[in-house]
Amino acid sequence: MKILVCISKVPDTTAKISFTDNNTAFNTSGVQFIMNPYDEWYALVRAVELTEDGKGETTVINVGPAANDAIIRKGLAIGADKAVRVDAEPKSTHQVAEEIANYAKDKGFDLILTGKETIDYNGSELGAMVAEMLDQPYVSYATHMEVEGTTASIKRDIEGGVELLEVDLPAVVSAAKGMAEQRIPNMRGIMMAKRKPLETVPASAGAEHVAVKSYELPAAKGSVNLIDAENMDELVRLLHEEAKVI
Amino acid sequence: MDTTATSAPAHHRSQRTDNYAGHDYYGVDELLTEEHLLARDAVRDWVKQEVSPIIESYSDKAECPMHLFKQLGDIGAYGPSLPTKYGGGGMDEIAYGIIMQELERGDSGIRSMASVQGSLVMYPIFKYGSEEQKMKYLPKLGSGEFIGCFGLTEPDHGSNPSGMVTNLVDDGDAYILNGAKMWITNSPIADIAVVWAKDPEGKIRGVIVEKGMKGFSAPEIKGKLSLRASITGELVFEDVRVPKKNVLPEIASLRGPLSCLSKARYGIAWGAIGAGLDCYDSALRYSLEREQFGRPLAGFQLQQKKLAEMITEITKAQLLAWRLGSLANKGKATSAQISMAKRNNVAMALDIAREARQIHGGMGITNEYPIMRHMTNLETVLTYEGTHDIHLLITGHDITGIQAFS
Repeated sequence: MKILVCISKVPDTTAKISFTDNNTAFNTSGVQFIMNPYDEWYALVRAVELTEDGKGETTVINVGPAANDAIIRKGLAIGADKAVRVDAEPKSTHQVAEEIANYAKDKGFDLILTGKETIDYNGSELGAMVAEMLDQPYVSYATHMEVEGTTASIKRDIEGGVELLEVDLPAVVSAAKGMAEQRIPNMRGIMMAKRKPLETVPASAGAEHVAVKSYELPAAKGSVNLIDAENMDELVRLLHEEAKVI
Repeated sequence: MDTTATSAPAHHRSQRTDNYAGHDYYGVDELLTEEHLLARDAVRDWVKQEVSPIIESYSDKAECPMHLFKQLGDIGAYGPSLPTKYGGGGMDEIAYGIIMQELERGDSGIRSMASVQGSLVMYPIFKYGSEEQKMKYLPKLGSGEFIGCFGLTEPDHGSNPSGMVTNLVDDGDAYILNGAKMWITNSPIADIAVVWAKDPEGKIRGVIVEKGMKGFSAPEIKGKLSLRASITGELVFEDVRVPKKNVLPEIASLRGPLSCLSKARYGIAWGAIGAGLDCYDSALRYSLEREQFGRPLAGFQLQQKKLAEMITEITKAQLLAWRLGSLANKGKATSAQISMAKRNNVAMALDIAREARQIHGGMGITNEYPIMRHMTNLETVLTYEGTHDIHLLITGHDITGIQAFS
């Protein structure tokens, strides 16, 4: 079985978010980047579980500049067999999806896995776009996945219960919490990663149809207004007239 | 003691989150390779997941988290710079140092578990052992299946190991071992001990003593107020018959154990920075959150002096360790250079722990914060593997050519 796992680079969860260039670009200064946890902990680890010990081959793919190689190497240290970086500055989900689809279309992957979303833009768009471009079935938010022959059995959480699905392969699946457990790479994996192939391919996506015009930060938290416990009338007035919640 | 558990029982787990993200004031990360950074992040993640939530409880109860021995093997913390064929990681000396730093950021006792196994047990077998000994012991030590310990210090011979009285008497295909060793990390739970003893000619030999050999016991030393999550004991040998095939063939002098100590001290020079960083990290966060007189503690000059001096000393220690690592990678780090780094960096971390304790005020004496644990741990680290004073005299000897302690 051949699995392609799409991995994205995102700011660390503790990063302070700010913007530059008149609020049109994310300010990366001083920000630490990590592999998107949904891609790493769930999609990649499940792919490795399904392919390790000679059962198949996992390839990780990232669309981004050479600086992303450190994150790709981590994917290899966790257990992917090989890696591909499409040498392009990621600008939109559509562009990234097109690069991934262009790469994957003639490689015969049985499964393409992504995280259910990235923790920066939280768009949940990529998997569906890749599936559409490759004309493959798509299942989102999978919490459990087994593969038997050319069929994947998938569970996903729905309102008040669990849905069981079967999907014909090849297919695209996005992974949610539960599909696997985080694997911390060990020193042996880190050393082996150095010797695994990391191929760089040139960008191929066509014209972009979506452009970011600007970003806004949420309004700063207001100060807390303490009302004396004896002064209930004032509290009610403020809740009614200023907060407008009653 | 349960040696089979794979995780800590629930009563040892706290809900406190560990938000540590490192401090790199001089961009030392740029001097590191991708592999160093991957190793650093992996061990940091492991410490956050497996050590930080349980360490205060184990330390408080003076229990050893036995389940971590196997996990340390799984992540590759034992002998990372030894060849993979012998259970090591095939990494360089800087990677080894970084791993020790991240472990000690969690706890000096956890770092001790790893550095004893790697530097004091695996290293001498790798360096001075026969091929048969290497294949018999090293892979199992590397994976954490075996726990090892190292016996050099005696009740009456600490800084003066050459005066040791533990001895070997020839008995045909074996030696009869008699004597006692003291302050031995991991000894009560160890499967094997690398023990240094004088042979009939008075030469210092290394022998591998296995648990269960008749006349061999390893009682625990209780009542430690430092390294409480690490287990320490004695080694007692009463007419223990050790087969000659258990003697390390390639060494017959004090140079053997001293070379192991150089390895371990090198790791401590890096490790102590981790303890210092954790105290600084906690002090910086606390001083920005805690307000007095209507502003954060961090806004007061006296607190800024403490914090600024801490990061200055940490930065100097980081550069010292990195340079020492670069020399070690070329096989050029001298034992005197290692002494300087061990001494400087441990004292640096201990000073930071004491200053950080003050910044935390009353909270600093509780186990809500890691400060007192690091501080009491570092009192041991200041003394073991060559005392603070002896390391100074090693530098003194190195620069003057005159030895002041014999």
